[in-house]
Amino acid sequence: MPDRPLFLERASFRRRRLGDAARVLPVLAMMLMLVPVWWVPRSLSYAGGAVWVFTLWAGLIVAVRALHRALLRAETATIRASEDHAKITVHNAP
Amino acid sequence: MPLNALVISCLAYAALMFAVAYAADRAAARGHVRWLDHPLVYTLSLSVYCSAWTFYGAVGYASRSGLEFLTIYLGPTIIFCGAWWGLRRLVRVARMHHVTSVADLISARFGKSNRLAAMVTLIAVIAATPYIALQLQSVRLSFEVFAMDPRGVVTADALGGTALWVAIGLAAFTILFGTRNLAADERHHGVVTAIAFEAVVKLAAFIALGIFVVWGLADGPVDMLARINRASTDPRIAEGWLLKPDRWTALILISAAAILTLPRMFQVLVVEAADEDRLHVAGWAFPAYLFAMSLFVLPIAVMGRELLPADANPDLYVLTLPAASGQNLLALLVFLGGFSAATSMVVVCAIAVATMVSNHWLVPAWLALRRIPVGEDTDDLRGFVLNARRFAILAIVAAGWVYHQASGGAAALAAMGLVAFSGMAQVLPAMLGGLLWRGANRKGAYAGIGLGFTLWIGLVFLPSVGIGGDLPVPQGMDAWTAAVALSLALNTLVFVGVSIFGFPDPVERFQGLSFVSAIEPLRHSRTASADDRAEPLLAMARRIWGPEAALRYFQTEARRQGKSGYLPDLTPDFLTGLERRLAGSIGSATAHAMIDRVAGGVALTVADLLQVADEAQRAKEETQRLEAAQAELTRTARQLHQANEKLTTLSVQKDAFLGQISHELRTPMTSVRAFSEILKDPDVSDPDRLRFAAIIHDEAGRLTRLLDDLLDLSVLESGQAQLNITVVNLHDLITRALEAASATRAERGFLIDRDLPSEHLGLITDPDRLLQVLINVISNARKYCDAVHPVLIIRVQRPQAGGAIIDIIDNGSGIDSGRQSLIFEKFARLNDPARAGGAGLGLAICKEIMVTLGGDIGYLPGQGGAAFRIVLPQKPAGGTG
Amino acid sequence: MQLDILMIEDEVNIAEAVRFILTRAGWRVDLHGDGDGAIQIIRTQRPRLLILDLMLPNRSGAEILAELRQDADPELAAMPVLMLTARGQVGDAGGQADAVLSKPFDNDDLRAMVRKMLS
Repeated sequence: MPDRPLFLERASFRRRRLGDAARVLPVLAMMLMLVPVWWVPRSLSYAGGAVWVFTLWAGLIVAVRALHRALLRAETATIRASEDHAKITVHNAP
Repeated sequence: MPLNALVISCLAYAALMFAVAYAADRAAARGHVRWLDHPLVYTLSLSVYCSAWTFYGAVGYASRSGLEFLTIYLGPTIIFCGAWWGLRRLVRVARMHHVTSVADLISARFGKSNRLAAMVTLIAVIAATPYIALQLQSVRLSFEVFAMDPRGVVTADALGGTALWVAIGLAAFTILFGTRNLAADERHHGVVTAIAFEAVVKLAAFIALGIFVVWGLADGPVDMLARINRASTDPRIAEGWLLKPDRWTALILISAAAILTLPRMFQVLVVEAADEDRLHVAGWAFPAYLFAMSLFVLPIAVMGRELLPADANPDLYVLTLPAASGQNLLALLVFLGGFSAATSMVVVCAIAVATMVSNHWLVPAWLALRRIPVGEDTDDLRGFVLNARRFAILAIVAAGWVYHQASGGAAALAAMGLVAFSGMAQVLPAMLGGLLWRGANRKGAYAGIGLGFTLWIGLVFLPSVGIGGDLPVPQGMDAWTAAVALSLALNTLVFVGVSIFGFPDPVERFQGLSFVSAIEPLRHSRTASADDRAEPLLAMARRIWGPEAALRYFQTEARRQGKSGYLPDLTPDFLTGLERRLAGSIGSATAHAMIDRVAGGVALTVADLLQVADEAQRAKEETQRLEAAQAELTRTARQLHQANEKLTTLSVQKDAFLGQISHELRTPMTSVRAFSEILKDPDVSDPDRLRFAAIIHDEAGRLTRLLDDLLDLSVLESGQAQLNITVVNLHDLITRALEAASATRAERGFLIDRDLPSEHLGLITDPDRLLQVLINVISNARKYCDAVHPVLIIRVQRPQAGGAIIDIIDNGSGIDSGRQSLIFEKFARLNDPARAGGAGLGLAICKEIMVTLGGDIGYLPGQGGAAFRIVLPQKPAGGTG
Repeated sequence: MQLDILMIEDEVNIAEAVRFILTRAGWRVDLHGDGDGAIQIIRTQRPRLLILDLMLPNRSGAEILAELRQDADPELAAMPVLMLTARGQVGDAGGQADAVLSKPFDNDDLRAMVRKMLS
């Protein structure tokens, strides 16, 4: 029997990568909001700009929601995996 | 629309608010917090961010500067994109330390320094006052829109007091629901629920108006976009609407900072959050709320420009547009939405700033002025704190109103939103640095915040009220942007620079570690010592939380340690927990100072510092597991120790018992025997003979009483006592007991303090036995209370489970904590200087009676005198009579 | 005129009885009812015999006796002491007393014992 089951590794790996994504997201959001305005202010000031901002904004909301759901799932998976792991360990204890 | 109808609907709406808040408070008091704690309520309460400034002002802003208004909403969206790792951590750390405000957070992080907190409070007060004035103005302006009579003249006298009445109503609401209790975690369910409700009204009103504008006035979204493009061909508009990248960036950053540092946002985001989990939902739902609130702003601005006269105030388009189109009901809805936005902002802002003012200005000043050792002043600090908070609320709302009157409701107020944002943003470098960087220290925070604050006053605040000019900046740069950038940049630079060269004291390093690593705050590095210091702590906690809450907390803590009674050992764990709970009520700096004064602070040692380094490296889970095991061991050990002590005491007492009985029997016997022998002598005079016979009679009576007591005790102890269970009114019993006991030291004039209404309780018990206990305890008080003006307080409470709790308290010097556990033992008073002829069985019998009745009697420490608590169950266990 | 007997006893009735018995037998008797201040009274009154109750408020008779025996004045340190006790055993304190009498006592025994100790 291996020391740690494979699925624990995978669950916690996935959780860590999602955590990284959660850290990157606000930076990404800020870049997307600032850079275009510095670049082409004139074409973003009127109706086109409104469409652009609101599309970006809606996209961010959907992304945050998806990310949080994924993170919650990953967290419960990791907890369950480590509980299973603990159970097995206890079971095998002399 | 007639003004009267408007006033009536306004009053009805306010009444509804009171009802919602009241119902939520009631539900919370009954423990029904499930729906109050729903993440959606939390998310909606965050909408207090959208004050009247954004509700009315956003359209005006958009009509002048186009898409730039969006920055106010985009900044918070960025912050909420980082909810998972950023906000969750902020909330967790803040709740771990029971932080009550943004000033408290800064103060707790930087070594619990109250002066730092006082400085942050000053910024908050300066920034909040004009902001509140702005809300009052918006309500007044919106009233004016409706008060225009057909000739376009404002009926001014009808409006003279609008702002005043609104301010009074808001202050009343805030005091009523914001200072109900001094709950340790500072949550206000009533206010939060009302705010959440208002959030729905705001959003519904705005969306209804938006739908009317886009599909009713214009011809759907495509037509709307075309109209926007058409409007932008007007050269004046094209110039104003053109995005300026520097302003765009600065505004997004400032509003991102504002969502974290504005007192009202910190209140709803951090203080009112039960835990960090609700951010899972709020993380996307709050940006979605902001999205919905701003979606229709530009269409409304464009349609307003197209349809309304050129001199119409764009800040009021949201009202004048539906009114001009004859949509009176829609206009009323929008009016209520704006009213909601203004009131919710003022309420939460007043609560948050008042907490800061009371915790960091008034309470420390009061404590410093009195200079009385905390253990000795017995007055009610809780009342003072609550009143300080009420006073602060009144003062803040009043200041807002005065500012509004003084500024004459001029347009200068419109800029105040951004001025407030940029003022509170000066706290951000210290706050972020404190949460992310262990090297940040107090001196750095002082220097950074101090400099930022000064620059902000000089470059942003004063110019905004018309004193001094704008910053001279290079051509093409925005003056406001430059001032904000300069103050924040220098603030950060000085904060970092001074921190690098400073060396924090141990308390600060501990706090730094706890904040940055989000681990439990460090234990008080004090060694546990004698019990008798727990009592002054209890007395202090009582003054802040009220007697019941304090006793409950101390009892729980003692039980957790495996001890009975109300006085836990002063373990580091207990002291840390107590300090944090107190911090939730009065702020961390004051709580720290008070605990130090009572428990006697011990300086941190090198060993503690080593522990800091150690603690950071330890794997967290490992530590927790070990700690749990160790806590279990400690608890068991303490229980064993206590049991052992009890056994030893018992065996000594058992040995002494026969000797004591012997002593108690022999003493009266000696007099009887000696005098009866003397009486045999025929030479004794008649008066002597009479006197001696009387002595023999008295002493024989004393012997009989002693034997009665011993028999009583043995019957009770063997559990064979016969009980006569009936229903009885507790009030009558207490009256009878007081009468019977008044014979004891009848010359002492006792002031009896009773609470008659609460005494009328029906009890199912043995009235004679209970009366015996009451008489005994009251007689004891009469015998031993050594106060010059003795007072006896009797208080009755009805616990939820039924039965009764009777507290009998005198104002004497009480019983030493060392002896408190002994007084219920047999013959406990044997070596007592003041035993007044009794054998010392009275309280032992009381204890046995109470156990037989299924209740208990105990000594209540920390009441400022001897105090006994008699607890009765709803009915005696298994007692059939 | 020197005091014959000083009695330290907190039970007023017992003290009253002892005083009555001994006064009628012709001695001058004085009473004190508390462990506190007993030593000072003994020093100022300098009785020929001290009757000491074992169980006293504030200070036990045994403590008073031990202090008396340590006194710098040799005459005080050697003062005859009759210990009264209502308990079965007297303990070590009894060893330092010249005589011990158990409560309740026979009036004649008390008189005889006092007479013997004063002679």
